[in-house]
Amino acid sequence: MRAVRILAAVAVVAGLVLVGLAAFAWRSEIPAEEISESARFDPALMEKGAQLAAVGNCIACHTVPGSKAFAGGLAVPTPFGTIYSTNITPDPETGIGRWSEAAFQRAMREGVDREGNHLYPAFPYDHFTRVTEGDNRALYAYLMTREPVSAVAPPNELQFPLNFRPLLAGWKFLYLDEGPLVANAQQSEEWNRGAYLAEGLGHCGACHTPRNDLGAEDKDRHFAGGEAEGWQAYAIDESSPAPIPWDRESLAFYLRNGWHELHGVSRGPMAEVTGNLGLLPDSDIDAIATYTSSVMGEPTPERRRQADELLEEVVGRSPGLVAAADSQSNPSSGDAAADPGAAIYAAACASCHEGSRPQPFGGLNFALSTAVNAPNPQNIVNVTLFGLPPADGEASSVMPAFAAVLGDEEIAQLLAYMRERFSDEPAWADLADQVRGTRTGEYEVSIRPADGIERAPINVGAED
Amino acid sequence: MAISLKVNGATHQIDADPATPLLYVLRNDLSLNGAKFGCGLGQCGSCMVMVEGEAVLSCVTPIMLLEGREITTVEGLGTIEEPGPVQEAFIEMQAAQCGYCIPGMMMSAQALLQKNPAPSEEDIRNALSTNLCRCGTHMRILAAIRRAGEVMQSAGMTSTNRRTG
Repeated sequence: MRAVRILAAVAVVAGLVLVGLAAFAWRSEIPAEEISESARFDPALMEKGAQLAAVGNCIACHTVPGSKAFAGGLAVPTPFGTIYSTNITPDPETGIGRWSEAAFQRAMREGVDREGNHLYPAFPYDHFTRVTEGDNRALYAYLMTREPVSAVAPPNELQFPLNFRPLLAGWKFLYLDEGPLVANAQQSEEWNRGAYLAEGLGHCGACHTPRNDLGAEDKDRHFAGGEAEGWQAYAIDESSPAPIPWDRESLAFYLRNGWHELHGVSRGPMAEVTGNLGLLPDSDIDAIATYTSSVMGEPTPERRRQADELLEEVVGRSPGLVAAADSQSNPSSGDAAADPGAAIYAAACASCHEGSRPQPFGGLNFALSTAVNAPNPQNIVNVTLFGLPPADGEASSVMPAFAAVLGDEEIAQLLAYMRERFSDEPAWADLADQVRGTRTGEYEVSIRPADGIERAPINVGAED
Repeated sequence: MAISLKVNGATHQIDADPATPLLYVLRNDLSLNGAKFGCGLGQCGSCMVMVEGEAVLSCVTPIMLLEGREITTVEGLGTIEEPGPVQEAFIEMQAAQCGYCIPGMMMSAQALLQKNPAPSEEDIRNALSTNLCRCGTHMRILAAIRRAGEVMQSAGMTSTNRRTG
């Protein structure tokens, strides 16, 4: 009898725990609304929403390149499986056409869809929870007035039990710090505006902050560098590997233009970001630059001294006066047998990268290159293999892809030579392996034109 | 140190610095003047050739990387008497104005069509995105490539039974 009583007690407790967990994970459905004509929204609000959507880079994840904007379906690879972005056009059946503003506000703040399902944090609601009600209203006005597209995303490919959404309540309990950012009274209004944009809708940390084993950002290593779509998102804290330290002015220029003379061009997913930021007023760009440069902090005197020396060496000879490059000269290999990497560099790279053409159309001097000075060579591997595809119908930076002529060992030799010559950092390990994995697609890399998503034919939202 | 280069099926011993761009060897040593010097920076595409079926910019490709590999230039696509399908189509569609970019265009097109004889408009534009034409004959070039694709398809000249370079 006693055993039965114990069993019964265990069953009751277990039942209560399950009920409790279910209640903990449960979110209500917000009733569907019939929302259609765009006339209901104030044009000024829609305009503001367009700018905010650009800050959020919403289009990049919610669009398959070459297909309709915001219609979703893009595969987002994660360490836990592939998640497909959702359709956020106002299509009533397959998009968010029946979402009330309250449902949209809740999705941004809590990561829950209209029906009450928990959303995966690939949708960066850990950042979007900081967005104000007013800004969400503008975003809603903008999205609800896009062209409705009927499109259903493929089902997510996640391992059991991660495909069981109520578990996300536990993830949120651990990692979602809901609600607005507390203003820092010690800092200027511009700094606080920048923090709001960068930490909220801009979700810089989603790529630039490393993640833990459960896919949450490691708050103790804020902006210490992460990755996105096969690209390294460099550290943008005091450990930034940029040879010339960033400051407010250079960052603002880079975010505005997608390139900077001492840092090169933005590429990979960052090209989408800088492409989108073109819609922002200077004041917002300056605010993001003010905040981010303050996170990076003042460079140490030692770093400043090294940077000054480098500037003297590289830029002291002003662009246009550099004699080294002549695209009609016959490159000399030196001793090709002794150092094949040097010979490949001389023949394939130097004509542009030691050339006289300024950024963004000339090749960056590698002594200034963050890619060559970064702890992980992934970005320079990507660019060497796949190049920088040109934009459509306008001038853009461009680099040929070398995958067809350079083998894995040859690229390893080339990059080892460049690391040795243009950086004081230690040699990269297992380069050839990394090149092979990148070439075969074992390590997946998305390749997009250097100047952003909306301007090239195969790019996101080109027609919309 | 001589390097052995296999161009359009013939093997040549080249005595040159290993860092010498393939383009210089083709034009200066082998008198294959089809590939052109445009920018010398790998940005205009007029020097395009094929290496083992892939379009490659010969002005930024040192010969040290090409020992023993199959290189094809525009001369290897056919002869005046018997032009290849891409050459034929470019003539048929009158795709050349000054003609300087055309050998490069043809090589990019050949590399594309060998892999995919029925490319979409987007495939063609992507394959040719690094080939510049200053005369503005792009529409005719695109038409020629579509035409060449049709010819190659109907002749069954796909990658499975014919592969140049």
